[in-house]
Amino acid sequence: MAAVVKIEEIHKIYDSGEVPVHAVRGVSLEIQRGEFVALMGASGSGKSTLMNLLGCLDRPTRGRYLLDGIDVSGLDRNELADIRNQKLGFVFQGFNLLSRTSALENVELPMMYGRHQLSAREMRERALHSLEIVGLADRSGHFPNQLSGGQQQRVAIARALVNRPEVLLADEPTGNLDSKTSVEVMGVFQKLNDQGITIVMVTHELDIAHYCKRNLILRDGYIVSDVQVKERLLSATELAKLKSAEAEAKLTAH
Amino acid sequence: MRLTNTTKVALSALRRNKLRSLLTALGIIIGVGAVIAMVAIGNGAKAQIEAQVANLGQNIVQVFPGNFTAGGMRSGWGGASSLTVEDAEAVAREVANVEAVSSEVRDGQQVLANGLNWNTQVLGESPDYLYIRSWPLAAGAMFAESDVKTMGKVAVIGKTVADQLFPNTDPLGATLRIRNIPFKIVGVLGAKGFNLFGQDQDDVVLIPYTSHMKRVSRRTNLSGIVVQAASAESSAAVQADITALLTERRRGREPDFTVRSQVELAQTANESSQTMRRLLLAIACVSLFVGGIGVMNIMLVSVTERTREIGIRLAVGAHGADVLRQFLSEAVILSALGGVLGILFGVGLAHAVKTFLLWPVQISTLWIAISFGVSALVGIVFGFFPAWKAAQLDPIDALRFE
Repeated sequence: MAAVVKIEEIHKIYDSGEVPVHAVRGVSLEIQRGEFVALMGASGSGKSTLMNLLGCLDRPTRGRYLLDGIDVSGLDRNELADIRNQKLGFVFQGFNLLSRTSALENVELPMMYGRHQLSAREMRERALHSLEIVGLADRSGHFPNQLSGGQQQRVAIARALVNRPEVLLADEPTGNLDSKTSVEVMGVFQKLNDQGITIVMVTHELDIAHYCKRNLILRDGYIVSDVQVKERLLSATELAKLKSAEAEAKLTAH
Repeated sequence: MRLTNTTKVALSALRRNKLRSLLTALGIIIGVGAVIAMVAIGNGAKAQIEAQVANLGQNIVQVFPGNFTAGGMRSGWGGASSLTVEDAEAVAREVANVEAVSSEVRDGQQVLANGLNWNTQVLGESPDYLYIRSWPLAAGAMFAESDVKTMGKVAVIGKTVADQLFPNTDPLGATLRIRNIPFKIVGVLGAKGFNLFGQDQDDVVLIPYTSHMKRVSRRTNLSGIVVQAASAESSAAVQADITALLTERRRGREPDFTVRSQVELAQTANESSQTMRRLLLAIACVSLFVGGIGVMNIMLVSVTERTREIGIRLAVGAHGADVLRQFLSEAVILSALGGVLGILFGVGLAHAVKTFLLWPVQISTLWIAISFGVSALVGIVFGFFPAWKAAQLDPIDALRFE
């Protein structure tokens, strides 16, 4: 089976400032279908740049990027937009939902820009189904400001899923969440991954990375470590632990 | 993205900032309202001038005596005693496309009747005069050709004279004394109102020109010749032919008359009203332009405010064109809504001018359509730059924008 993501000797050089910045210096990487990859690194390590390249938000200066067998390194703005629409789903640190727009409408957004127009009913059904997957079908009419951070992030995940992407890209998805909600959101990702969805996420929290299957570490624009996670954390178990810990705390408090 | 979705998104974005949208649209509302009200007022003025010109009569060509110089003193137009009854007869006989001719003698007289007196214009005319001036009678009849031949002592009086001399009685059949000569009133004219120059046209007494010349003023010449051309098109030719004929009749002497056509007068009046209308329209267009700049300003603010939203849309697969269309349709909807409200405002303003300032207004459907189209166009023109700016945003920068 061909790799869903295949990058070869990819470079990214920013020369907008006085000194050209070599953010990514010849990274090669293959990600197979069904993988769950955490991309880690200190700030300035190039992980965000690599994520933007993987997300087709930016084009590499040199090198080749094959996404689902398509060479996307030479595509123009609009072609990249179509690739993002059909093959990728985005989850951001700051949720990035449209304010004053219902959860359902937020989830419908990617379908509005699809090259194959769906009927309003179809869009609604698919959006509702996506919300069901993340367990928020009952909140479809709520606006983002009526939802908690974890719920907002789940709406964002539903939005990322709605066009049935090849790869789900998440940029620090738990960065704005407390630890318990983070574990819950990681649970959603694990569930999706179990259903066969490929996930790549950027994180700087080591414990969050332990929920993934494969950890990549970037430093100064190079991949310096690429390991399979040996003792993988499972969201369900961790949540159960947290729950019992909480219960204990309450008992002792009494 | 489908047009219905684009429209929906644009409408909800506008609804989110109701007050701001309304204030922005206000520029367009005032602009469009001004265009419609100004055109209505201008058209009303034009129609009024046209009505006043038509009120003079149809296709009239007038001949006035020229000036004369005596002992170094020049008399001014109409001072010469150069037009004769023979001239008028020659015009009627020899000039083509002449519908009717009236010889005219006019002077001011103190007239008496019913124990009252009044100073008015006494006009000696031919029976065709009323026909030429399209002047209807309120009662009685115009004197006839036979009265001209016999220098009949008959008169037709204007409404003002009738009101002044016969406040409570029927003037018809009564006697009117001009220079102590009794004239029998055979007709009363319908009201014609004021002319272009503000003169009361109803303050007049008409008698046969022969009676005027022989009995009242003892003049041997005419104050003018009033000619009706067969059509508006032929009036220029009639004017030229009369000039040629009268010049020929002068046998080499200096022409001592002037010939003026009503078409010229109508043109002059129209030109001045057109200048006014253009000026009003120019002012209205300026305010529409200012309104358009307001739309552009707010759209630029809106694009900056919603940079993140644009980033999200681009990230999930919107093309630059989708973003462009979204903001452009927002601007167009905003200014088109402004256009609709502006039309209502303009029509209301025109009615207010009509009701309170008693100015005749004519609301032009054509201009309503034009100004609606222009307001939508303003949206496109002034919305394009902000929308283009939005479409050029880089998704990464836009998503990072705080």
